[in-house]
Amino acid sequence: MLAIDGTLFDFKRLDLLAMRESAVHRLDPRAKVLTTLVFIVCVVSFGRYELAAMLPFCLFPIALLALGDLPAGYIARKVLVVIPFAVMVGLFNPLFDRQVILQLGPLGIWGGWLSCLSIVVRALLTAAAAIVLVAVTGFPAICVALEQLGMPRVFAVQLLFLYRYIFVLTDEGGRVARARQLRSCGNKGMGLRHFGPLLGHLLLRTWERAERIHMAMLARGFTGEMHARRRGRFGAGDVLFVLGWSALFVTFRLYNFPQLLGMLLLGS
Amino acid sequence: MSHHIVEVKQLRHVYPDGTEALRDVSFRIHHGESVAIIGANGAGKSTLLLHLNGYLPATSGTIRIGDHPLSKETLNEIRRTVGMVFQDPDDQLFMPTVFDDVAFGPLNQGLTPALIEQRVTDALERVEARELRNKPPYHLSGGEKKRVAIATVLSMLPEILVLDEPTAGLDPRARRQLMALLQDFHHTRIITSHDLDMVLELCERTIVLHQGMVMADGPTLEIFGNETLLAACHLEKPFSMQGCPVCSPKAIRRLPKPQPPLVPPHGDRQHDHAHHLHDHDHHDH
Repeated sequence: MLAIDGTLFDFKRLDLLAMRESAVHRLDPRAKVLTTLVFIVCVVSFGRYELAAMLPFCLFPIALLALGDLPAGYIARKVLVVIPFAVMVGLFNPLFDRQVILQLGPLGIWGGWLSCLSIVVRALLTAAAAIVLVAVTGFPAICVALEQLGMPRVFAVQLLFLYRYIFVLTDEGGRVARARQLRSCGNKGMGLRHFGPLLGHLLLRTWERAERIHMAMLARGFTGEMHARRRGRFGAGDVLFVLGWSALFVTFRLYNFPQLLGMLLLGS
Repeated sequence: MSHHIVEVKQLRHVYPDGTEALRDVSFRIHHGESVAIIGANGAGKSTLLLHLNGYLPATSGTIRIGDHPLSKETLNEIRRTVGMVFQDPDDQLFMPTVFDDVAFGPLNQGLTPALIEQRVTDALERVEARELRNKPPYHLSGGEKKRVAIATVLSMLPEILVLDEPTAGLDPRARRQLMALLQDFHHTRIITSHDLDMVLELCERTIVLHQGMVMADGPTLEIFGNETLLAACHLEKPFSMQGCPVCSPKAIRRLPKPQPPLVPPHGDRQHDHAHHLHDHDHHDH
């Protein structure tokens, strides 16, 4: 729990990054959300043995990283968190798919290895794009943008509440875990038996808090409808951003640039 | 509404599990009064507060806010009139930014954007939190959260402010700042607290609850002077009325015996002791 506290949910820093000032930060959130969606669709739609053709796509997260003046090391660490999950997904591909599709000298590469690697690269690209999006936009703004783009309001409100209380909940969870740790004298083995009641306790506390929040909302005239402030307008710069990047993504998707470049260099 | 009177008559509340939290509570609070509701843990303070804006329904008895008796029809109007500040600001601040949070009430009232902007700016200015307007609530300190929580209520222009433990969990400086803020309000104020020194400074009147009943209702100083009453209700005088901890006779008995100095003196012990006693005399005033 404490480790999770420190690494996975280190959203606070992402949030602070979103409050910076730069050309990318100033773009309308909808523009950034749309562009990222196009990016993800393009990357995900590649064939399963594609690898090289996806590489040009890393231009997008890197460009935003540079323009938004984000700390590359921090973002990279966040992105690397997805590798184990992606490897899990592709783990059995090399076992089932033993067809040799690439010959490197005496070494025959099975299609399974290629598709496994392809999954990892896809995961890295999409995760990088999503995390950079949060870092230059901020989670609440993304929720508002999604809602303006047509996502049902209930989901937007759910996401907003989730984001608001994840900090409170991880704090609370961290405290409970610490209290257990301090009284278990370094004994880790008894974990599982105690984690049940511990989680139950956390759930009850969350429930009570939800009740208090609802109370606070009612006290301020909440009648079941969330009224959001409308802000920002979609300017020419935003249109240019969406169209420019989308055109580039589609080109990358249709033409295999690394291959073209290789052919050009080898003169064939 | 011309007069913002809060009138509670023979209020009784029984929780679904059979706990009788309020047995017979009656009082009347006039416009502009600042009233403390004090009592030991479990005396029924929180339950009482939740009745004042209709969150809990009374098992029996009536509540009147201004000209309206509390009922389903008047609920919305009463919730606007009675601004409720909860003990844990994390429960009260649920929107992504301070601005959104302070605007939540006015938005629910259906005001125009310009008016909302005005209300939010005024409310934040009132609690000296103008520079926090675009921050998310989880980046605020405890004192800042508390002040913003008050602003979220002020933006609805309530006539009556109800505060549950406003100074709980604040450091001495944030507590002072908050007290100065509350002192300036012209609203009718109803405050529950265990911080009796704050009560002494902010409230001219005090209602003592004990096991769901009103045990006393009168001028704060008079109530804090009545030691038998306080002891019966599991309370103590505020620290500022307990006398100097160094020189009151009770305190001197509790003081640790004079210790020999860390570096053993070459002179005789007797002289040293006398010196310490002299010190105490010096403190006497």
